[in-house]
Amino acid sequence: MSILVNKDTKIIVQGLTGKTGTFHTEQALCYFGTKMVAGVHPKKGGETWSSGVECAAELPIFKTVKDAKDATGATASVIYVPPAGAAAAIIEAIDAGVEFITCITEGIPVVDMVKVKRRLEDSSSRLLGPNCPGILTPEECKIGIMPGSIFKKGSVGIVSRSGTLTYEAVFQTTNEGLGQTTAVGIGGDPVKGTEFIDVLDLFLDDPETKSIIMIGEIGGSAEEEASEWLKEQASKGRKKPMVGFIAGRTAPPGRTMGHAGAVISGGKGGAEDKIAAMESAGIRVSPSPASLGTTLVDLLKGK
Amino acid sequence: MNIHEYQAKALLKEYGAPVADGIAIFSAEEAAAAAEKLGGPLWVVKSQIHAGGRGKGKFKEEAAGEKGGVRLAFSKEDVSTFAKQMLGATLVTKQTGAAGKQVNRLYIEDGADIDRELYLSLLVDRSCGRVSFVVSTEGGMDIETVAEETPEKIVTVAIDPNAGVTADNAIALCDALGLEGSARDDGMHLFPILYKAFVEKDMSLLEVNPLIVMENQRLRVLDAKVSFDGNALFRHPDVMELRDLTEEDEKEIEASKFDLAYVALDGNIGCMVNGAGLAMATMDIIKLYGAEPANFLDVGGGASVEKVTAAFKIITSDPNVKGILVNIFGGIMRCDVIAQGVLTAVQEVGLKVPLVVRLEGTRVEEGKKLIAESDLNVIPADDLNDAAQKIVAAVKGA
Repeated sequence: MSILVNKDTKIIVQGLTGKTGTFHTEQALCYFGTKMVAGVHPKKGGETWSSGVECAAELPIFKTVKDAKDATGATASVIYVPPAGAAAAIIEAIDAGVEFITCITEGIPVVDMVKVKRRLEDSSSRLLGPNCPGILTPEECKIGIMPGSIFKKGSVGIVSRSGTLTYEAVFQTTNEGLGQTTAVGIGGDPVKGTEFIDVLDLFLDDPETKSIIMIGEIGGSAEEEASEWLKEQASKGRKKPMVGFIAGRTAPPGRTMGHAGAVISGGKGGAEDKIAAMESAGIRVSPSPASLGTTLVDLLKGK
Repeated sequence: MNIHEYQAKALLKEYGAPVADGIAIFSAEEAAAAAEKLGGPLWVVKSQIHAGGRGKGKFKEEAAGEKGGVRLAFSKEDVSTFAKQMLGATLVTKQTGAAGKQVNRLYIEDGADIDRELYLSLLVDRSCGRVSFVVSTEGGMDIETVAEETPEKIVTVAIDPNAGVTADNAIALCDALGLEGSARDDGMHLFPILYKAFVEKDMSLLEVNPLIVMENQRLRVLDAKVSFDGNALFRHPDVMELRDLTEEDEKEIEASKFDLAYVALDGNIGCMVNGAGLAMATMDIIKLYGAEPANFLDVGGGASVEKVTAAFKIITSDPNVKGILVNIFGGIMRCDVIAQGVLTAVQEVGLKVPLVVRLEGTRVEEGKKLIAESDLNVIPADDLNDAAQKIVAAVKGA
């Protein structure tokens, strides 16, 4: 099994007609036939999108998310809209009742995300991202920009705030022969939809997920909150072997390290506190981003 | 993006916040006229640099005098004397680092008779995804110290974006700050103003420390620190005009032109990486093997040959750099494109220090082949551990 998305998930693309949207939609369609079913463009409704690659079919374009959802029965959408219009695109998807919205866009003003987050509270939609690589269930469904070639169907659930570190974890677990159930990039922004705890909850429930890799970074306290939550769950008997990693041990305080959310501010959000919190929750923290796979193998062997 | 205190106050004044009269000056000659215009009898001469702790800071130069970066003047002559001493001198505060910062602007302000000093800030609280007020009766001191020693004296009020600052919110803030009488009236008026300014101008931090109750029991914004959300600057050209490039690192300014996320650090191994998390992790692994990174640099997901070349130039322009580690996990980005970018950059910029390249991901074999077949002195690495060990060894051996 997998979490959140599988071979039956039907997906609408918001921002399909741009260069980025087109490229990644082709990649998704060519990845085990991920069911991308429609595009949305306010001015190009009624037109047809066609790609240059063989495995990608043509897709109908609708004027609104609601039209696309009604016509195709899609339950998910992915957003490649530029930052200035991305929050409005998320809100359009929420209002249309899309169950699972993934926003890839990096650089959305945080005040816009505060409004989006408020809107989510009153809805039943789930948002992944923004500023994230998306989600991938091996051999079934690829939403976003993760490279399909490094994945292998298997038993590890991966959740991460960083895109390229997700790839490291995927690549290393593939090389160790473990493979993945689903990899989820929750994104590097300070205000976002899905948090670590949401994904961990799903992984703990999923019978196919036998172990979990969680990758955090400096800034905020999501890793500490997740660690506390994991301790509570463990006390109720819900527990799986976990390997963790925190990026940014050497980051100076007060400087934003690429991701808008990666900043140690007011003496809070440093790596050492997060590592200590994870270790206290029984997570084995890998000292190096190159040892995620081997650390997990050791853990599973009882070493 | 940060701005100076006098710019922050001017902006808050536009929104109707109570701010003292003041004049910013760029040369000592302007001091006398500014003092005259403000009238006195008490003036405050404040260094304008993008760092806190100015009052307790010290100037490096003896000629600047013993006093700190914020000085009380009791005569117009004092204002002029201080301006001559402070302008051009180097102020060292606990936030500037040992090198300090040159003071190129002063803010001359009307003095105030202070009854109580309070703390107030607005920020985006990630745990609830809302803009929150953080207030404390312990103003005028470092809020981190308050948080450490007396956390119960810090009160946080989160604002519902649908409702804005409600009367209940404002009352809670007044109560937390112990505001009574006219100070309470001022507070009820001020809090919604600050929230409006924060949201409309896309701030990431608005800190008033201290917010003061004057002897006449009126509120005043005595100091103001404002940072803006870099992601929202595109819709605020007026804010962009407040940017002071002399406060920023030259290499970081250059990097921002190419949309590269770059942060200068103190070590000697330059890094070029794709992805913010991997870039941080690369710094960490360099440290793990006993060396220090010279920078954080994320070339981003869609790095072109131009971007890679620009990144290379910026890294090599740092005289501290004794070795370079390129670490690319080509997800969508093709490794052969990156390899070509690195080779082009090396040919253009020249290579005087060891360069280790680790490539992984899409079209990695083609990328590795390009590197191997070039006659440039590039050290290939198989994985991230290998890469970090090789660059640390190369730099230490040199």
